[in-house]
Amino acid sequence: MKIKYAPPAAAALRAALFASFGAVFFAAGAGANEVTVASWGGSYQEAQSKALFKPVEKALGITIHEETYKGIGQVRTKVAANAVSWDIISTGSGGGARGCVEKILEPLDFDIIDVTSFVPDTYLPCCVGSDVFATVMAWNTETYGDKGPQSWADFWDVKKFPGTRSIRGKMHGMLEPALMADGVPPGRVYEVLDSRRGIQRALDKIRELKPHVAVWWGSGAQHAQLMKDGEVDMTTGWNGRFDVAIKDGAKTAYTYNQGLQDYDCFGIPKGAPNKDLAMRVISAMSRAKFQVNLPKYITYGPTNSDVYKTGKISPAVARKLPSHPDNARKLLPVSQEWYAKWEKIASEMYQDMITE
Amino acid sequence: MTALHAAELRRDEAREKWMLFGLAAPAAALVVAVIIVPVGWLFWLSLFNDAGELSADNYARMLASKSYTRIFTTTFKVSLLTTALCVLLGYPLAYFLAQLPRRWAALGMMAVLLPFWTSLLVRTYAWLVVLQRKGLINQWGMELGLWDAPLRLAHNLNGTLIGMAHIMLPFLVLPLYAAMKAIDADYIRAAANLGAAPASAFRHVFFPLSLPGLFAGVTIVFVLCLGFFVTPAVLGGGKVIMVSMKIETLVDLFFNFGTASALGVVLLALTLLVLFAAHKLLRLDKVLGGGA
Repeated sequence: MKIKYAPPAAAALRAALFASFGAVFFAAGAGANEVTVASWGGSYQEAQSKALFKPVEKALGITIHEETYKGIGQVRTKVAANAVSWDIISTGSGGGARGCVEKILEPLDFDIIDVTSFVPDTYLPCCVGSDVFATVMAWNTETYGDKGPQSWADFWDVKKFPGTRSIRGKMHGMLEPALMADGVPPGRVYEVLDSRRGIQRALDKIRELKPHVAVWWGSGAQHAQLMKDGEVDMTTGWNGRFDVAIKDGAKTAYTYNQGLQDYDCFGIPKGAPNKDLAMRVISAMSRAKFQVNLPKYITYGPTNSDVYKTGKISPAVARKLPSHPDNARKLLPVSQEWYAKWEKIASEMYQDMITE
Repeated sequence: MTALHAAELRRDEAREKWMLFGLAAPAAALVVAVIIVPVGWLFWLSLFNDAGELSADNYARMLASKSYTRIFTTTFKVSLLTTALCVLLGYPLAYFLAQLPRRWAALGMMAVLLPFWTSLLVRTYAWLVVLQRKGLINQWGMELGLWDAPLRLAHNLNGTLIGMAHIMLPFLVLPLYAAMKAIDADYIRAAANLGAAPASAFRHVFFPLSLPGLFAGVTIVFVLCLGFFVTPAVLGGGKVIMVSMKIETLVDLFFNFGTASALGVVLLALTLLVLFAAHKLLRLDKVLGGGA
C-alpha cells in the first residue's frame, strides 16, 4: 500500500519536530568577578538569596549566579566528568561529609573562613555550616486541628490519626523516626541502627506505614507544596519550609518533638572555576553580619553564635528556631559517623523497600 | 551520440550520489558521535562491577533482585496502558479530524499540537493541580455530588497514565491522521455501492486501510513511553518507579554507573526487541517507508 502524507499532516509533523527541539539551554559562563552557587531551590534558596547571596554580592562588588540542584550526587557526577560549573554548593551536612571523604569537595581555607565563634560540630574540613535546621513531623490543621501527632508513634498510628502520610523517598532522616516509632528512645537510636538487623527493624516499621504513604517526597519544595495543597494529612520534612508554607496560608502545624537536628553547609566542588573568589564569598556568608538575616526569611538558626550577640534577632523569632534551647532539647542531633558508615548500605535497602 | 549521453548521465548520477552522501555525512557523523559512541560506552561500563573488574554482576543483580523485575514490569505496564489509552482516545479523534473539511482539520490539528509548544514539565505540573486531592476535578465532582470522598487521581498509577496519555496523544494522532487522509474516499463509496452499511464499510475497508498509520503511532508511543521520566516522577508520587527513574537513583544516590548502564542496555535491548517484533508482525517497513 502506498501512503501519501497529506500537506496538513506534513506541516503538523514538521511542527512537532520543531517543538521537540524547543528546549535549548545556554549556560552562562562565570567570569573573573563572578561565582555560581547551586542550592536546593524553593523557599529555602529564596531565603538564602535575600539574606546571603544578594547582600554579599553587593558587599564584595561581584556577581553571584544562582542555580538549583539536587544534591551532592550531582556534584560527584560533574567532578567525575570534569565538567564542574558551580563554585559553591549548598548541601546538607551528610552530603558535605561524604563530599569530604570522596574528595569531591575542596578542603576549605580556615585562615580565610573564620569559624572561631561557630556552634560546635557545625562545620567540616570542606563544608562550613550555614544554618541549623530540623527534620520534623507536620500535620494538616484542617484534619487534626491543634491535636496533631506529638511523637513518631503518633505519626505511625493511623487509627488514632486516620489520614494519608508522606515520607521521604530517600533513607536520610527516615530510619531514626521509624525506630522512635517502634519504641526506641532517641538516645539509643544510632546504637540500634548500628547493624543490618537494626536497619532492617526500622525498614520493617516503615513497611507497616507503607499502605498509608500517599507520596514519597523528593524535595523540600515538594513537601511544602503537599501541605499547602492539602494533598496529604501528615508529612515529615524540614521545619523552615513549613513555616514559609504557613506564612503563605498553608493550614499546617509542626512540632519539634523527636525531630532531628542537622545543619546545611557551603562547600566548593573540586575543580570549581572560581575557587579563590568562592572561598571569599563563603567567608563573608559565614559572618554574623550576613547570617543574622537568614531567620527573617526562613526559620533556620545560625551556625555562627556571634549572631545572637548582634541583638538583631527578636526573641519571638529566636524562639521558633531549631537552635533555640527550648527546641534543641527536643531534638536528636544527626550522627554524621553513622551516615558515614551505613549510608550506602542503608540507602540500597531503603530503595529496595520502596520498590518491593 | 547515445554513448556520450550514457556517460554523461552516469557522471551526473555519480555526482549526485556523492552530493547526497556529502549532505548526509554531517548527520551520519552526528549519529555516530552522539548515539553509537555513547551507547557503546554504556555497554562497556555495564560490564564492570563495583570493584572495577570485568564481570556480569550488573546483569546477574537484575535477575536476582525482585525490585528490578518489579521496575521492568511497571515500565512495560505503564507503557502498554498509556498506549492503549492513546489508541482509545486518538483513533476516534484522528477519524473525526480526517472527516473535517481541510480548513477545519488544520484548526483541529493545531489544537492537537498546541500542547506540544508548552513545556512538558509545565503540563505535568498542571495535571497535578487538576488531579490532586483538593484539585479541580475533585472539587467540582464533590460539589456536584458525583462522589463523596476525593478520588485518588494523582500521585499514583492513575495520575501517571492520565499525564502520559495527554503527552503522548499527538504522537499517535499525527501518523494516524496522515494514514486516514491518504485513504481514497472512492473505496468507501465503492463499498457503499456494493451494499455495505456505513459500519460495515468502516470495518472492512476504512479500518484495515488505517491500520499502518495506527501501528506506526502505537510503536512510537510505546517506545517513547518506555524511557519516560518526568511524568511518572511527578505524578506517580514516588510509587510508580520506571527504569529511567531507577537509573537516575543509581547515578545520583549511588554513583553506580555499572548497574545504571546495565539497566540502560537491557531497556535498549527490550525496546529493539519490541521494534523488531512490531516490524515482523505489523510490516512496519511499509508504514514508515510508505510515504516515500
